[in-house]
Amino acid sequence: MRTGYAALLGGVMLAAAPMLGAQALTAPKTVEAGSSFSIESRGSGQATLYIVGLGGVVTRDVQLGSPISIAEGTVFNAGHYIAYVSTSPNEVATFDVVPAKVADISFLARPSRLPVGLRNGITGAVYVFDAYQNLVTTPTPVSFNISTPNAAPENRTAQAKNGAAWIALDSSPKEGAAHFVARAGGVSAVRVIQQVPGDPCGIKMSAKPNGKRITLQTDPVRDCSGNAVPDGTIVTFTENYHGGQSTVDVPLKRGVAQVEMPAIPGANITVASGVVLGNEIRWGK
Amino acid sequence: MLAITLAAATVVFVVIGTLWPVKAAEFYLGRQHLIRSNGTPDAALQNLGDDLKSSAWSRAYDNLANKTSFTETDFLHDLVGAYPNLRTYSKLERFEFHPLHQTDSDADFTVKLHWATVVGDAVSTRKVHMVRGSSGWQVEWPLTREPTLPPQVIPVNYLRWDVIYRGAGDEWGTADVDAPHVKIVDMRPVQRAEGMVIMGELLNEDVVPAYVSVTATVMNKNQKPIATEGSFDKISHLILPKAITPFLIKFPEVKLSQVGSVDMHPFSQLVPASADPVIEIQNEKLNPAPNASLTGEVVNQSGQIANIAHVLGTFYDQSGNIVWVADQYVDHALLPQTPVPFTIHIPEDLARKISSQRTVVSTYSMGGAA
Repeated sequence: MRTGYAALLGGVMLAAAPMLGAQALTAPKTVEAGSSFSIESRGSGQATLYIVGLGGVVTRDVQLGSPISIAEGTVFNAGHYIAYVSTSPNEVATFDVVPAKVADISFLARPSRLPVGLRNGITGAVYVFDAYQNLVTTPTPVSFNISTPNAAPENRTAQAKNGAAWIALDSSPKEGAAHFVARAGGVSAVRVIQQVPGDPCGIKMSAKPNGKRITLQTDPVRDCSGNAVPDGTIVTFTENYHGGQSTVDVPLKRGVAQVEMPAIPGANITVASGVVLGNEIRWGK
Repeated sequence: MLAITLAAATVVFVVIGTLWPVKAAEFYLGRQHLIRSNGTPDAALQNLGDDLKSSAWSRAYDNLANKTSFTETDFLHDLVGAYPNLRTYSKLERFEFHPLHQTDSDADFTVKLHWATVVGDAVSTRKVHMVRGSSGWQVEWPLTREPTLPPQVIPVNYLRWDVIYRGAGDEWGTADVDAPHVKIVDMRPVQRAEGMVIMGELLNEDVVPAYVSVTATVMNKNQKPIATEGSFDKISHLILPKAITPFLIKFPEVKLSQVGSVDMHPFSQLVPASADPVIEIQNEKLNPAPNASLTGEVVNQSGQIANIAHVLGTFYDQSGNIVWVADQYVDHALLPQTPVPFTIHIPEDLARKISSQRTVVSTYSMGGAA
C-alpha cells in the first residue's frame, strides 16, 4: 500500500515538475544507476529530502546548507527523478539515472534443433542489462560465436541498439551440438543448438539368406552432406509377393537398420525412410 | 409431505426388492441363471453365455463337455488372455450363436462373443460343437491354447529418448526444447454416408520422437467455421523419426458440398519414448468384396511383451491417392516372435478402388515403456 502511495506521489510530482519554481537543491544532470552522488543544498536547518522516481521514493533527514551524499545502491532504477526538501517543496531539482555498465545479458537462441546446412536458420537475440536489470540503451558491441565439433567456428559482431542486438547464422554442414555464445561487456551466455542430419540420401540395402528367412540390412544411412542419420530413425522394409505383403518399421541402431523377413521366391523387397526411397531387391527363385 | 411420502415409499421398495428380488434382478446380480435348463442346445449355449457375461468362469468351465482336456486356467487364459491385454479389462457384453448343424446327439454352432473394451466392441468368433449327454446338452469348448514363452533372456539393443524440459531454475532467456517438426504429406476430404471424412498422412520429419494428433476446422464458402474435430484414436499418436502415420477425422454433421476450405492443425509434442518393440506385419493380404478386408499377422520382433496393439491401415488407389483409413485393436498381448492375426474391414464400396495399402502398428506395453 505504501509503495502504491509512493508511486502515485512520485508520478504526480514528476508530472508537476515543470510547473515548479526555483531550486533549493542542485543535483548532477545524470547519475549512473546505483552509484553514489551528492546533491548541493542551500539554506539552513533540518529537513527531509525526497528523491522521487517512477519506481518509488527515497526519503532522508538532511542538514541544509551542506552537500547531501546519496550512498551507492540507493538510486538504481533508470529514469527521470526529482528531488526536493520538505521545507521548500516547490523548489525541485531534476536529474536522470542512466543505466550502468553491462553486467547481465539475456540471450534468446532459436531453434533448439535444426537440420544442417540451413541458411539463416539460427537466430540469436541479446538484451543487455546492467547490474540492476536496467536495459543498457547506449550502443554496445555484442559478439556472437558459434562452434560445432569438426567445423570452423564462426564469429560475428552486432551493435546493440536500444538494448537489443540480434543476428542470423547458417547452420553448419556438419552435424553436432553447436555452442552458441553471446558476449557483451565481459559477460557471456551459452546456448546449445543441436544441428541434426537431414533426410537420408540414397538408402542401400543388401539381403542374405538365413534359413527360411532373409536378413536385410542397410548400409550406414547418411544424409546428403555425409552425416550419419541418427539412431532411432525409422526405416521401412516392404516385401511384396504373389498378392501378399509384409512390412516392418525398424529403427536405425548403430547407423544401420536390420531385419529378418520371410524368404519367398520372387518377392520384391523395397526400403524407404520417410519420403525417401532406397533400392529394390528381387529375391531369386 | 409429498417428499416424505416418496422417500418412505422408496425405502419400502428397496427393502422389498432386497428381500424378495425378481428373477431378472438376480440374474443381473450374477446369482442365478434366467435359464437353468440344458434340455436343448440353445439353452445350454445360453447358460454358457450367461456364465461368461457374469464372469462366472468356474461355473462355465464345470458345464463344459470336454473340461477334462484342459484346466480351468487354460479356459480362462483362452477367454481373457494370460498376459494383460485389451480383454483383461473388458466384459462380455453380448453372446450370439447361430446353428450350423444339429442331430439328436450333437450339434454345431457359430458363437460370436462381443467384448466391451475401452476402445469399443471386440468380437471373437468360435465354432463350437455340442453333445447330448445323460445330463443334457453340453458345450465342447474349442480351446485355443495361448502360446507360452519359455524362460529365457532376449538381449535388446535398447534405444530410448529422454527429454529434459525447461525448468524453474533456468534463466529467462533459456529456450525450451523445440517440439518435433511434423508435416501433413497427404490430405483428402471425402463424403461418406455417415458424414464428411478427412483422411491423410502425417510425417515426423524430425530426429526425435513425436506425440502427434491432427485437428481440422472446416469452413463454409464464406470462410466461416462450421465444425472442428480431431483424429482421436484414428492415428498412431507416437511416431518415431521419419515415420508416417495415417489419420482420419470424422465430421458426422457436415456435408462436403457445404465446405469451402479446411484448416488443418497438426500438433506435436516432444516426449520420452522407446524405439522398441519392433513389430513386423506379415502375410498382409487385401481380400476383395464381399467382406472386403485387410488381413495379416503382427509379430513382435523384440523381447518386450506388447500388451495392446493398434493396427492402422492406409488404402490407396492405383494413382497412389488415399482412399480409406481403417484400424483394428488386437485384443491379445503380442508375445515375442508369436504371430497374432488381425482383420481390418474395408467398406464394400471402396474395396474395388483399392490397389495397395500400407500398415502401421502402434503398441502399448504395461510397465511404463512407451
